[in-house]
This record gives sequence, structure tokens and C-alpha cells, in this order.
Amino acid sequence: MLDKAMAGGRRYWSWMAFLLLLAAAGFVCYCRQLSYGLGITGMSRDVNWGIYVAQFTFFVGIAASAVMVVLPYYLHDVKQFGKITILGEFLAIAAVIMCMLFIFVDMGQPLRVFNVLFYPTLHSMMFWDMLSLGGYLLLNAVISSVMLDCEFKHVPPPRWLRPVVLFSIPWAISIHTVTAFLYNGLPGRSLWFTAILAPRFLASAFASGPALLILLCLLLRRLTSFDAGNEVIRRLGIIVAYAMTVNVFFLLLELFTALYSHVPDHGEAFKYLFVGLEGKRPLAPYMWLSVGMAGAALVALLVPSFRKNQRVLALASVFVFVSLWLEKGMGLIVAGFVPSPLGAVTTYAPTGPELGIVLGVWAIGALVLTVFYKVTISIREAS
Amino acid sequence: MRDRLLIFSGLFLFVALVTFPMWQGIAAKTSTRGPDVQLPANQKACVAPRSYMRAAHMQLLIDWREGAVREHRSRYTAYDGKSYKVSLTNTCLSQCHGSKEKFCDRCHSYVSLSAPYCWDCHQDSSSTAATMASATSAGRTP
Amino acid sequence: MKITRKAFLRIAGGSVLAAGAGKLVKAISDVAPPPAAVSGSKSTAEGGRATTQRWGMAIDFEKCRKGCDDCIRACRLAHNVPRIPDSAHEVKWIWEEPYEKVFPSQRTDYGRQDLAGSQLPVLCNHCADPPCVRVCPTQATWKRDDGIVMMDYHRCIGCRYCMVACPYGSRSFNWFDPRPYIKPLNSQLPTRTKGVVEKCNFCEERLADGLLPACVEACPQKALVFGNLNDKDSAVRQTLRARYAVQRQPELGTEPSVFYLV
Repeated sequence: MLDKAMAGGRRYWSWMAFLLLLAAAGFVCYCRQLSYGLGITGMSRDVNWGIYVAQFTFFVGIAASAVMVVLPYYLHDVKQFGKITILGEFLAIAAVIMCMLFIFVDMGQPLRVFNVLFYPTLHSMMFWDMLSLGGYLLLNAVISSVMLDCEFKHVPPPRWLRPVVLFSIPWAISIHTVTAFLYNGLPGRSLWFTAILAPRFLASAFASGPALLILLCLLLRRLTSFDAGNEVIRRLGIIVAYAMTVNVFFLLLELFTALYSHVPDHGEAFKYLFVGLEGKRPLAPYMWLSVGMAGAALVALLVPSFRKNQRVLALASVFVFVSLWLEKGMGLIVAGFVPSPLGAVTTYAPTGPELGIVLGVWAIGALVLTVFYKVTISIREAS
Repeated sequence: MRDRLLIFSGLFLFVALVTFPMWQGIAAKTSTRGPDVQLPANQKACVAPRSYMRAAHMQLLIDWREGAVREHRSRYTAYDGKSYKVSLTNTCLSQCHGSKEKFCDRCHSYVSLSAPYCWDCHQDSSSTAATMASATSAGRTP
Repeated sequence: MKITRKAFLRIAGGSVLAAGAGKLVKAISDVAPPPAAVSGSKSTAEGGRATTQRWGMAIDFEKCRKGCDDCIRACRLAHNVPRIPDSAHEVKWIWEEPYEKVFPSQRTDYGRQDLAGSQLPVLCNHCADPPCVRVCPTQATWKRDDGIVMMDYHRCIGCRYCMVACPYGSRSFNWFDPRPYIKPLNSQLPTRTKGVVEKCNFCEERLADGLLPACVEACPQKALVFGNLNDKDSAVRQTLRARYAVQRQPELGTEPSVFYLV
């Protein structure tokens, strides 16, 4: 079936060449990082995790969000989603591959990464994260390859596939919960030391993932013969509306606890994010942009006449995705390190090679997604 | 055959590339000699029999490492009853083998083994020049 | 003997399950060691000699002389700790911080003015319940029976999770090859390599030879008192009985082994 990804027009091959170029550039940057060390990035003794881990956290959410189309279809008979469950599963596979790559490029000794499996450590959340992500990749790979194969052969999917799909639903929730557990069990990091971190992660995942899916469906409708249908877009829009509302509500809850209690530990990281500490406020413009975009998106999503307009919905989806990428993929992780355990305010900004690697991983994810979608659409066109 | 030139030059290039290791070794005059290892002058016995060390010194070093770092076992009793402190730098190198460059690296480069990463952290102490007064004995295999 | 395929599969499956269940039970019980094997570092060991050790330190920081950094230098020499000028990438095992940063919840506005701005040595607290050990995915850092939180540089994958988990900022990462920054480089000691985390190890190799940690020995004012916290007659216990001492952020439940005498 993969041979279908080798037959494409000029637009397709230009896109693939562009992605391959970005991936190659990222690879060159990574070779430099391997030879010099992680000092080539903007991370420091105070800010131990930067954009690599932040992107990992964001894309685990995107991977988990496939459940938002799988659950309605398999458990609640929302027949319209039947056409796009496989798109959601392929998005999950591409996202998990990106997550694993982001973790790999963040390791100081990447050749030893299998030590996590050779010396399993049941009390470490990172061990469970590796297992759950690996298992999720396997699950989605099996499900999507079997489904696609059956579509190709015009046969109904085998009976054993349904329990496997149902199993992937709680597993999807668990991957993002375990990722939240990486952060919210640490006694020394007050920004993350909150039980609502896991629900926040899930809410932002279920907003940003379906928003991305809406954009992908609209893109596919414009560029290919695949049309998910207006009903699918409408329903996805409702899911994004609810999830984004919950996500913003959770953030406001966090702000209340931090700011009303006047406990310095709780409030300082939020202060750094939005207003700055000791005169340093590098993330403030991005956080306020995120807030503005979130507000505008909410208005567009919650007013039915706005949401029904597909152009407005597309713009709102872009705003949701970018706003949450800024909040989770940049703000949340880096701000957890400010102030440091000894009260220092150390800023962080990714360096050139670091961004090159990030773009390279993005390109590989887009490459994987393009190949999978191309194969799927070619098969559907042929039938 | 119109493409005779192209075919034969391509074939020649392919054969040249594939046999590169052979004629590069001949030119460098390294392939017929064995590794030129410098043995310690003052000690005749290692912490384990020579045949074992030749085959499995890496295994012994890893056992030493895990024992010393993780299980607090800082001394090793050899097969001949002698007790040694577990340390690559201060026992293996300082007491006997002297220089990593004259001992360890000789065999490792001969078999094209890029240096095991031990040397990223452990060093060979430079104060053992006197121990290396032995003859080089080119061609003698340990 | 005739046996149907269904019956055979049932018996085979049942046997595998029985064997597997036994292994599973053993694996789970191996993960949580029986209480007797846990080091006595959690016991308070009042009255009577404790048979297990718990290394600890009391720091009389008021004895520190302004501008003195003998302990820091001794530590650097004893372990080939690099001296990196860029503070973003520095590696430090013991260093100085102002009182307000070490004890931020203790305001000095109305209290003892002499404490304000004084410099305190800070180092790894070798906690009895260390969060860094809890999060390490490869057990490259673990807690020994004698209380020392150890690092295995061979197993560390450089994920820096332990650094994120430490509430005291005691750990450093090698962002690049440290060797050019080690002056003087002692070739009899190992260095570390890029990509691994390192921290104070209470000079465990010196303790094995019966010596005191390098910083303790080097202090000209004898401000660092080291010993076995489980031995009520040790120097450190006597000091802790005589003076009031505080730990860093005890409310976090980490049970540090380093005390600051007030």
C-alpha cells in the first residue's frame, strides 16, 4: 500500500522535498548537538527542560486527541465520524513519532536510552511514559493498518479489531495523564504541583487536537478529492468549543488559587509568565497573545452563528491551536523553572540549532502524516 | 555496445571502491603485522589468566564497575589470591599497564574498535613512564 | 490417551497461567523490598546504638569567613569538578548562596540583622526520601544503605529529570565536555563526560578509606561537622543537641541530612 505514496503530482513532490530539506537541516543541527553537547541549546542549570520537552508535552496531547473521534464513533454510533477515524489514528501515529523524537534529541546520552527498558524502574513516571507511548503507537499502528487494509480489499474489518479500538480509548487518556504525572508529583516545582494539571492537559489536548483535525479536513477538501463532509466539520467544531471552554475555565481556576491566596510560591511563576519577575518578561508577549487568541476563539466557537460559518471556524481552529501551542508548548514547561529552587530568575530562549532540530522533527511528523494520508486517499479514490 | 566506456568505467569504479580496504591496508603497511602492544615490565600476572583477559576483559571491567559503583565492592580477589583495589586508572594502568596509548589503544586500533567510552571519563595517570621501560617486541602477541 | 484439541489448549493455557502468576507475584514482591532490607536511615535511633549508618552534616555557617572558599576549592580538587565561567552552564557540588535564597520563608526584617546577606554553603542534602531517586528512570541515582544518594555516571542517560525533581537545585548537568575547564586536572581521578548529571557524593570514596569529606577537612574554621546521624555520640549529633538547627524546606517531606545551625 505504501507504493501509493510514491505516485504524486508536482505539488505533492514539492511539499515532500521541502519537508525532506527541513528534516535534513534538522539532522545536521542534531549532529552538531551530538558532538558539542546540549550546551548548544538555550537550556541552563536553572532551566533544565526547554522547547524539546515542551513540544513533547504538546504533541502527546495531539496524539491523545484521536480519541475524540474514535469514542463517538465506536461507543455512540456517530456514523459521520466513520470516514475520519483513520485520519485521527494516523495523526496520533505521527504525533507519537514526533514525541519520541523530541525525547530522543533531549537526552544527554541518547545511545543509552534503552537503559530505561533494561533497568525498569516502576517508581519513575518516565518509565511508564515510555511504555504507554510505545504501547499507544503499537495500538494505533495495528488498528490503522488493519482498517486501511480492509478498505483496500473492500472487506469489513475483523471482529477482534473492535475490542482493540475500545482498548485504545482509555489508553489514549492514560498517555496524557502519565505525561502530566511527570510534572505534578514533584514537590519542588509549585507551578506544576497541582492536581488539576492532568485535567488541564486533557482539556487542552481535546481542544487542540480536533482543531488540527478540522484544519486538516479543510485542507484535504481543498487539495484532494477527499471530503469529510460538513456534518463532520460541524461536530468537530462543537467538540473544540466545549474543550476550549473547559480549558480556559481550568486556567482561570489555577489563576484564582495562585493570586487570591497570596502564597508567593504559587503566584510567582504566573507573575513571570504574564507580567515578569525582576524586570524579566520574555514570555509575556506570547502569553498575552495566547490569551487574546483564546478569547477570540471562544467568541467564535460559542456563538452558533459564528461557528456555523466554516471560514470563521477555520480561523478559530487556527487560533485555538496556536494559543494552546503557546500556552502548553512554550509557557507551561519553561515557567515551571522560574524562579529556580534558589530563587533565581533565569530566562530561556531556544537557540538557532535548537530551533533547527525542532523544525526537523516537525518536518518528519508532517512527512509521516503526508505519506499516510496520501495512501488513504489514493485507496479511497480507487474504490 | 555503445555504452562500453560507461559500463567498464563504472565497473572499474565499483571494484575499486569495494576493494578499498584491502589496497589501503597494503599501502599503509599495517595488515601483515599484529598489534604492537607494550607489556608491563614488572608484572607477569594480571588480575585474571591471560586467556580470560584476552577474551573477556570488558566483561571483567563491567563487573568491576557495577560492583564498585553500585554495590560498594571496592576490592577484588584474583584467581591467585591477591587482592586488588577496583580501579581502571589506579590499578590496571598505574600499577601495570602504564599508558592506555601504548597498551589498550594498540589492539583497539588494530581491530578498528573506536575507543570504548571509558576514556571519556577515566584517564591514564601520566606518572608511570618508568614502568614502561620494557622492550617493544614488535610482532609479539601477548 | 485421546485428548481433544480444546481440552489440550485448556490445560496448556492453565499451566502457563499458573506458572506466570507465580512469576508475577515474585516480581511484584521484588519491587517492594521487605521492610528489613530498607536502610535504617528513616529510624530516629534514639537510645541505644543503631546498627545502620546515616551520614549527615551540620553547617555552622556563622563561622564562615567572608571571602573564604576553601571548602569549594577542596571539593573541586578532590573530584575534578570543572570551573565553568558561564553561570548558565556551571557545574557545582558545593557553593555559596545568600541566607535569603536558602531560607526564603525566614524573613529577617525584624530578626537577627547579622543573618541578612550572610553567605551559606549549600550542597546536596542527601535526603532520606529523595525525590530525585524517585523519578530517575534508570536507577542511575539511588539511595545507599548508609544514606548517601549516589550517582552512576555510566548508566545516566542525561534526561535531567532528577534535576527537575530536586527541590534544592543541588544537581548540575554537563552541557558540554568539562575537561577543558578542569584546572588543575588530576589524572588519577576520573572526570565526567558531556551529557550526564553530577552532584556532591559526600566524598564516598574518601569515607570508604576512613577519611572525612574534602570540604569538612579543608575548612579552616571547622564550620562543617560531619558524622553518623544514627550514632547518638557522634560529633554531628552532639552539635545538633547543643544548638538549634534547621533544614532546607523540611515541609516537602524530603528529610534532608544537612542541617544549618542557627
